[in-house]
Amino acid sequence: MATISMTVNGKQVSGEAQGNTLLVEFLRQELKLTGTHVGCDTSQCGACVVHVNGESVKSCSVFASACDGGSVTTIEGMANDDGTLGVIQQAFQNEHGLQCGFCTPGMVMSIADMLKNNPQPTEAEIREGLKGNICRCTGYHNIVKAAQSAAATLAGAAQAAE
Amino acid sequence: MAKDNVIGGSMKRREDTRFLKGKGRYTDDMNRPNQTYAYILRSWSAHATLNSVDTAAASGAEGVIRVFTGKDIEEAGLGGVPCGWEITDKHGNPMKEPAHPILATGKVRHVGDPIAVVVAETYQQARDAAEMIDIDMTDLPAVVDMRSADTLGTAVHDEAADNLCYDWELGDAEATDKAFAEAAHVTTLEFINNRLVANPMEPRCAIGDYDENDDHYTLYTTSQNPHVIRLLMGAFVLNIPEHKLRVYAPDVGGGFGTKIFHYAEEAFVTWASAQLKRPVKWTSDRSEAFISDAHGRDHVTKAELALDAEGKFLALRADTLANMGAYLSTFAPCVPTWLHGTLLAGQYMTPAVHCRVRAMFTNTVPVDAYRGAGRPEATYLLERIINKAAQEMGMDQAEIRRKNFIRSFPYDTPVALQYDTGDYDATLDAVLELADYKGFEARKAESASRGKLRGIGLSCYIEACGIAPSSLVGALGARAGLYEAATIRVNPTGSVTVLTGSHSHGQGHETTFAQVVSDALGIPAEQIEIVHGDTDKIPFGMGTYGSRSLAVGGSAIVKAVDKVVAKGKKIAAHLLEAAESDIVFEDGQYKVAGTDKAKAFAEVSLAAYVPHNYPIEEIEPGLEETAFYDPKNFTYPAGSYLCEVEVCPETGKVEIVALSASDDFGNVVNPMIVEGQVHGGLAQGLGQAMLENAAYDEHGQLVAGSYMDYAMPLAVDLPSFNVETAEGTPCTHNPLGVKGCGEAGAIGSPPALVNAVVNALEGHGIDHIDMPLSPLRVWTAIQNASVKQAAE
Amino acid sequence: MYNFDFTRPTDLSAAVDALRGDGAQALGGGQTLIPVLKQRLAAPTTLVDLSGIDSLKGIRRMGDMLVIGGGTTHGAVAASGDVAAAIPGLVQLTSKIGDPQVRNRGTIGGSLANNDPAACYPAAALALGATIETNQREIAAEDFFQGLYATCLEDGEVITAVKFPIPAASTYQKFEQPASRFSLTSVFLAKMQDGSVRVGVTGAGADGVFRHEGLEQALSSDFSASAVDGVSVSAEGMSNDLHATPEYRANLVKVMTKRAVEAVT
Repeated sequence: MATISMTVNGKQVSGEAQGNTLLVEFLRQELKLTGTHVGCDTSQCGACVVHVNGESVKSCSVFASACDGGSVTTIEGMANDDGTLGVIQQAFQNEHGLQCGFCTPGMVMSIADMLKNNPQPTEAEIREGLKGNICRCTGYHNIVKAAQSAAATLAGAAQAAE
Repeated sequence: MAKDNVIGGSMKRREDTRFLKGKGRYTDDMNRPNQTYAYILRSWSAHATLNSVDTAAASGAEGVIRVFTGKDIEEAGLGGVPCGWEITDKHGNPMKEPAHPILATGKVRHVGDPIAVVVAETYQQARDAAEMIDIDMTDLPAVVDMRSADTLGTAVHDEAADNLCYDWELGDAEATDKAFAEAAHVTTLEFINNRLVANPMEPRCAIGDYDENDDHYTLYTTSQNPHVIRLLMGAFVLNIPEHKLRVYAPDVGGGFGTKIFHYAEEAFVTWASAQLKRPVKWTSDRSEAFISDAHGRDHVTKAELALDAEGKFLALRADTLANMGAYLSTFAPCVPTWLHGTLLAGQYMTPAVHCRVRAMFTNTVPVDAYRGAGRPEATYLLERIINKAAQEMGMDQAEIRRKNFIRSFPYDTPVALQYDTGDYDATLDAVLELADYKGFEARKAESASRGKLRGIGLSCYIEACGIAPSSLVGALGARAGLYEAATIRVNPTGSVTVLTGSHSHGQGHETTFAQVVSDALGIPAEQIEIVHGDTDKIPFGMGTYGSRSLAVGGSAIVKAVDKVVAKGKKIAAHLLEAAESDIVFEDGQYKVAGTDKAKAFAEVSLAAYVPHNYPIEEIEPGLEETAFYDPKNFTYPAGSYLCEVEVCPETGKVEIVALSASDDFGNVVNPMIVEGQVHGGLAQGLGQAMLENAAYDEHGQLVAGSYMDYAMPLAVDLPSFNVETAEGTPCTHNPLGVKGCGEAGAIGSPPALVNAVVNALEGHGIDHIDMPLSPLRVWTAIQNASVKQAAE
Repeated sequence: MYNFDFTRPTDLSAAVDALRGDGAQALGGGQTLIPVLKQRLAAPTTLVDLSGIDSLKGIRRMGDMLVIGGGTTHGAVAASGDVAAAIPGLVQLTSKIGDPQVRNRGTIGGSLANNDPAACYPAAALALGATIETNQREIAAEDFFQGLYATCLEDGEVITAVKFPIPAASTYQKFEQPASRFSLTSVFLAKMQDGSVRVGVTGAGADGVFRHEGLEQALSSDFSASAVDGVSVSAEGMSNDLHATPEYRANLVKVMTKRAVEAVT
């Protein structure tokens, strides 16, 4: 066991990790941040996607110790400061982009990273960009719409800021 | 702007906020004080004699609390996992029903059969110790292929030497034979309906928590129907009376059927918790889910359709082998029989239908209901053979269906159902328009200019939902009633708590049910709380499956609301000094008809709890009503789907270009949620048709045992869907006029896709390819057809 | 997974020292190794994470070579303007590996060292005649790959960089396995500066990545899709599984090669 520290959702935290402790285990068990989910054991479903140092990664395929000293954002860090839903989260509700909610945190985190790198993606780019996330409920139709709607909202906000 | 919190409004889902913030509460998110962890050692052999299980080394390993084997379960006198439905075979005999032990003894019968459980302080310790268990097994030949299971000479269970669970039939064999003898044309189709793994994204999880002080058990579990689990596990496995057992299914991450069933792991953790006096938690990983969650489909079928010279259907004959797997899962026996044979009339006036089903035991994971359960298999059979007949007779795929549609209701089918209402022309017309069927030839030519083969495939499905009168299902072998329960608890200041026996695991009950109640009581949705999933809170329930939540559970809510309003009228009549018969309830007000005298819903509620001025001689204080609703019939959602594909002849890769759907779900409470349900069903149906295949090898090893080989539909595999809900023909026998929408997409879409691909390949002389239509299968079919054509 | 010690050195020599220990294993991006560890198919005593070593990261052009550091992620290669200008086929290849999250972690060194028969990178390394540079030596790609999951790397040897000759034209045509989305059969085609054509095939061979000489000869003398038609690609030596027969893979080699030729002409 070693003590590791990182910034999670803007807060400095530390906790115990074994060598083989995965980031998702550290988040769920040590930090009790259970919004990040585990849906497979082959690094494919994407229910565990979080951001590490600003990039989306599968937290089931990164060791907690490798994030020692780093910065992590999880679904719990995506709402606005006043507790209201962030732009992407709100788009998911508006477009009915979730059903059982299990894959949703990973979807939101993947789309956040996607829109950061490509603010105006085409439908094909959105679908390609969700290759690491499996949803069994929605058929992806409304998730794609949520991504499009979030992109439009973010573009509007960026324009207003200019 | 119209209000969206009433029936017909697309109210945004209330449950979304917690899920979107990462605050959902799934079973694995919960941990109990002093909790232990279970790791299950499962068989790696499909069929073997279990000679010995030596747990000595594992028992002494670090952190290990106890290692359990089948012998411990046997010595404790626990029952096996029960089956909830008994089929009577065609000779009047009950099906073979072998024991399904919680942990294997004597023999293992499929890869994944649990042999031993290590309970330890941590999951890692339990798993480490499991490697120290010494198992001596002698492999036996595995029964894998149903087609040879009866003659193999190896029995999965001693009591079924030929591996036959039952041989069942439905319909008039004689009339069917006669019609075939007189037919102008007979079309034959042999096919496999591929085995699937349900794959809800949340793997199963169960926590048993025994409270010694109260001698009370709690099971936290990923279930679609906690009361059913309480009934089956309490009464049949662990002998715990209901008042000593709480089953709580909190947020559940998808079910699709596979979380209906009572599983051995649930019974184990509940029992073990009492043995150890500590909570016991088991969480499946995905690899384990592949070999322990009940699978779906897996039929081998020969179908024949008799037609007259004009394309009118005269008779249909179906002979199916249905895979039960190694043990009978909860509802397994009814899926290929009463949920399959009864649907073989489809939307058509076929006068004679005969269906034979032989259910086989094999050394594979148990097979049970998966989204649609029997109805997708029936729809696939019909909608594929109809297209093959049209192809053989040179008819248009829409016209042959139109020639045969049922147009007069109620309609008694030759396979035991009575359709109450429907309008199949309406959904067919709508989908042809939606998909621009007329413009297909031009699009096909355009595809051809790019070297692609374009095809279009139609499917007109019907399903039977809202399962359905308890007396009927009882006569058909169900060992439970299939009603639903609801309690409307009006709180003193007029807010409402709704307790429902349905369970939401993605369907949005917390929104839809609130709309139903808001609409009925005229109070805002914010004043309404929907409570589900906890047997300690909810009077009773049969759960969520078979698209029954709104049709049956919603109807129970309406009945309970009616009782509340009826009592409220008595109270209002007293307060308003009017005759009860003069009180009308509308817009949240109890009014004296023809006057402006009125009392608000909340005023009457308060009077019920503060009964100072109250008709106490006539009625009790309080305002809480419970209703049980037992449906009079099934509901019959129906619709038409058109799938358009482009096939690459060089690689065999199929691209779904468009999927259009027109569905008749009767009345619709929340169109947004209904369309979402269709989208999800479509993805699963198209997944079955194009990607998914739980393939076993001849030794009974599951070859597609992870997402590395089991192809799940991804966003890139699917188009945006073109979904339209028809105005619809309301169900005639439930108070909401609703039919159910959860399974439609998965039922209607597989034959639409296969029909489209076969349509694209018609020029190659191809008339069928078995699902999934993977690039390999399509390319191989093209190669074989070319060889055949060259030889001719 | 079994437990192990985890170390994340920040310079190469410390990593090499750590790898000298018994049962030590290098960890690149972990996108293949971690799933293997979860299945308990490997049991290292120490895992040496190379992702903290900055000197292993980076892309630079050196004359007629493109040099990619062994710890460079697929995402970094896919987004690199230098790579796009020099070897566009590598951008196509890396942007098709796995998914965005895998590309943010997975590295070229990890991919080559693992030599998964369905991985993408080995096809490019072989087709371009890359040189694999380690902390000990330089290895030609044709010597490096030695069958399924096997390379000539020795214990403690770390891929520090991969040097790719810059071809006249390049492209990667991937045909995905329907479930894993790895290569079912994919082709990296390079038209070299001297006019010769090289065809690297991954996902198809029963012994892993290979070059197809028949296709190379035909295309070197006539760089056209019709030249591919004239070549017979044998199913012999192709692998067989749930998703593809040897015959189907042989067909895909031709189809993907044709598409590659069309993509660069």
